[in-house]
Amino acid sequence: MKNKKSNQAVFMLRNRKKSRLRESGYKYFFLCNGLLAIFVLGGIFYLLLTNAWPFFKEISLKEFILTKSWNPTGWNGASYGILSMVVSTLMVTFGAMLIAVPLGIACAAYLAEVASPGFREVVKPLIEILAGIPSVVIGFIGIVVLGPLLARILGTSHGLNAINGSLLLSIMSLPTIITLSEDAISSVPIEYKRASLALGANKWYTLIKITLPAGLSGIVAAVMLGMGRAIGETMTVLMATGNAPAFPTSFTDSVRTITSSIAIELGEVPYYTTHFHGLFAIGLILFMMTFFVNLVSDLILNKYQEVE
Amino acid sequence: MKTVNELQTKILVDNLNFYYGNFHALKNVSLEIYKNHVTALIGPSGCGKSTFLRTLNRMNDLIEGVRVEGSIKIDDRDIYVKDVDVVDLRKQIGMVFQRPNPFPKSIYDNIAYGPRIHGTKKRADLDQIVEESLRASALWDEVRDRLHESAMGLSGGQQQRLCIARALAVKPEILLMDEPASALDPIATGRIEELIDILRENYTIVIVTHSMQQAARVSDYTAFFLMGEIIEFDETGVIFERPADQRTEDYITGRFG
Amino acid sequence: MNKSTKIEMNEVIGFGLLRLAMVIVVAILGVILFDIVTKGYGVISWEFLTSAPRNRMTEGGIFPAIVGTIYVTFITAFLAIPIGISAAIYLSEYAKQGRLTRIIRLAIRNLSGVPSIVYGLFGVALFVENLNFGYSLLSAGMTLGLMTLPVVITASEEALKTVPKSHREGALALGATRWQAIKGNVLPSALPGMMTGAILGLSRAAGETAPILFTGVAFFLPFLPDNVMSQFMALPYHLYVMSTQHHSILQVRPLAYGTALVLITLVLTMNLLAIIIRYRFRKRFKQV
Repeated sequence: MKNKKSNQAVFMLRNRKKSRLRESGYKYFFLCNGLLAIFVLGGIFYLLLTNAWPFFKEISLKEFILTKSWNPTGWNGASYGILSMVVSTLMVTFGAMLIAVPLGIACAAYLAEVASPGFREVVKPLIEILAGIPSVVIGFIGIVVLGPLLARILGTSHGLNAINGSLLLSIMSLPTIITLSEDAISSVPIEYKRASLALGANKWYTLIKITLPAGLSGIVAAVMLGMGRAIGETMTVLMATGNAPAFPTSFTDSVRTITSSIAIELGEVPYYTTHFHGLFAIGLILFMMTFFVNLVSDLILNKYQEVE
Repeated sequence: MKTVNELQTKILVDNLNFYYGNFHALKNVSLEIYKNHVTALIGPSGCGKSTFLRTLNRMNDLIEGVRVEGSIKIDDRDIYVKDVDVVDLRKQIGMVFQRPNPFPKSIYDNIAYGPRIHGTKKRADLDQIVEESLRASALWDEVRDRLHESAMGLSGGQQQRLCIARALAVKPEILLMDEPASALDPIATGRIEELIDILRENYTIVIVTHSMQQAARVSDYTAFFLMGEIIEFDETGVIFERPADQRTEDYITGRFG
Repeated sequence: MNKSTKIEMNEVIGFGLLRLAMVIVVAILGVILFDIVTKGYGVISWEFLTSAPRNRMTEGGIFPAIVGTIYVTFITAFLAIPIGISAAIYLSEYAKQGRLTRIIRLAIRNLSGVPSIVYGLFGVALFVENLNFGYSLLSAGMTLGLMTLPVVITASEEALKTVPKSHREGALALGATRWQAIKGNVLPSALPGMMTGAILGLSRAAGETAPILFTGVAFFLPFLPDNVMSQFMALPYHLYVMSTQHHSILQVRPLAYGTALVLITLVLTMNLLAIIIRYRFRKRFKQV
């Protein structure tokens, strides 16, 4: 038998206060870092709001939203309307989704259901590389490759227009849509597919009628996230859409989006003028738009995980 | 082998109730665990035997939303009162898990992990503890030449004995074993059981097992759990040969579970 | 017979279309890389990489932009990596399920969806103006750092989740405190995964333009920044300038291509590094 003072319960009444204090110190240190995320998000909202506030004291919300023309330095008096930009952003985003959604879902379905594991191993890093290309480089491609091409096809003097922006934005949102849709498709229980195949349906029929509908909420969430990215993308549209501040009438028009307007004007505006605060007001609208889109995607995804 | 007047109570569990949220996992459990004996906890899956084991070193504290009522006394000290230091408690109680869980470090560093965090820094002391622990867990001869190789390279049975050695290195008085052989082949299982037989001289051992043969082979006392309650507790021989309760008999004769 | 051939036909055509989509996406990547590599390659020289722009930016190199991008990325790393990893440790190792944790997670997810130009506005309001860091490397780096934070947190938490629960339990059962278990057992195993996430986040930051546009980047500087309060040149902004803002855009087009090539080489090298680390990490875990 070991010679131990076994009746002394060593686990009690020892002076461990110091070490316990240190332990909870660590915990609170890490907690503070976690809380920072809330402060940053809250801080973004707060600073956008306080910096936009002086603007809204001069320009009514109704005027801001319903006026087409944004011309803070106009000769015949300034006008502060966000409508053209919002429509431009929505138009370019809509065009991008028109291309990226079918293409992205098709790629996701191919990767999840058809491709061999070896092919996946090669292509998935390629998609990550596509996601890693900086937006300014994509914009550059819009100027040097896509622009001249579109000009020739459309017979215009340059190809910097909404189509160009939509094409580039679709490239930028494709990686998000492909990756997340593939996750959604892959997580459809294999029993569903087996049941369908066992009934004599072929693989294509199973994919269209069973797998894709079953993964739909995940796919919709993926598309929403891709859309959020497209709405908020700056450099690509700034470089490739021509930046004409008029109200857009067709996809071949040059357009100026919300993000481009901020990027163009914030560098030149004198600080703490109505114009300066107006740019924060635009930023606030943009923030709320992407926040809303992300929230919807989040809600869909959460609901979908609960069902799982 | 054991006469009643030799028995010393090491752990005294009195009217223990345990809840996971609304689920009442242990109901009015009372039990005495004797010093330097092996106590086996048997019962069908989900009967609460592992949960019970984990209340003894408060590993359940790690799970959210649990509640404990009643008392557990180790050497007459309640381990659920406020000023108990869980870290010191766990130092005094070694635990071996269902699946061998060596750290992805060398064999030496695995054993030295406990002593190091408790303040042993000197190389010579650590060397001695490592050798003692490995000898005590009958692993020394197999690994003495490769102490600084990764523990992940050992076989499953060796890994489990390493985990036992790792627990012994902090010089506990009690060893808790949660189905220690369930992931092992019969030969490795045999070696673990031999080891338990040797360790009982110096340690109080509580072992959860789903194998009744194992309980019969290694333990002195057996508690039969069912639906969170202790149905019967007695000397192992009595439980397996003349159980008092019909349900115990049904279980050990394989009629359910 | 006839019907079954028809069904086979729709499968062939359907999968053919999927394959076509895949080919298109890979081809897009191919075209982008091909155009930039073939047209940028000729511009790259030792002089291009190591000298400053000259003669109203129609000649010379991009050295100050390379250095500026590296500097600003370092500041980003100093802010985002420690905070991001610490926040991930909290979420993975300490946080209990509850309202606070839910709100933290919601905030992180939303931060990752905030447009980069909004981070730019935030940087102007907070760092340039309120904290008075001015138009500087520091303001720009901190702005990028906050933008990178959610990426680092998410990736680090993923990495922490891959460490088996049994490693934590084993340590705690030996009487380790929670922090000892994290430091000695959890972090070493999770480190490669965390590094992967951090590098991916930084590579994205290195290629960003919008957040630095109004917080510190300069159109042209003939010298290198000498401290964190200096303005700086950066590769992505330089590419933007050379392709849209320069007075003779067509004349400097080759220089723009060279800049684009250097930028994507930098960013993709970081990506590749991350992919390699992750690949090795996965292989190691498979053995365990």
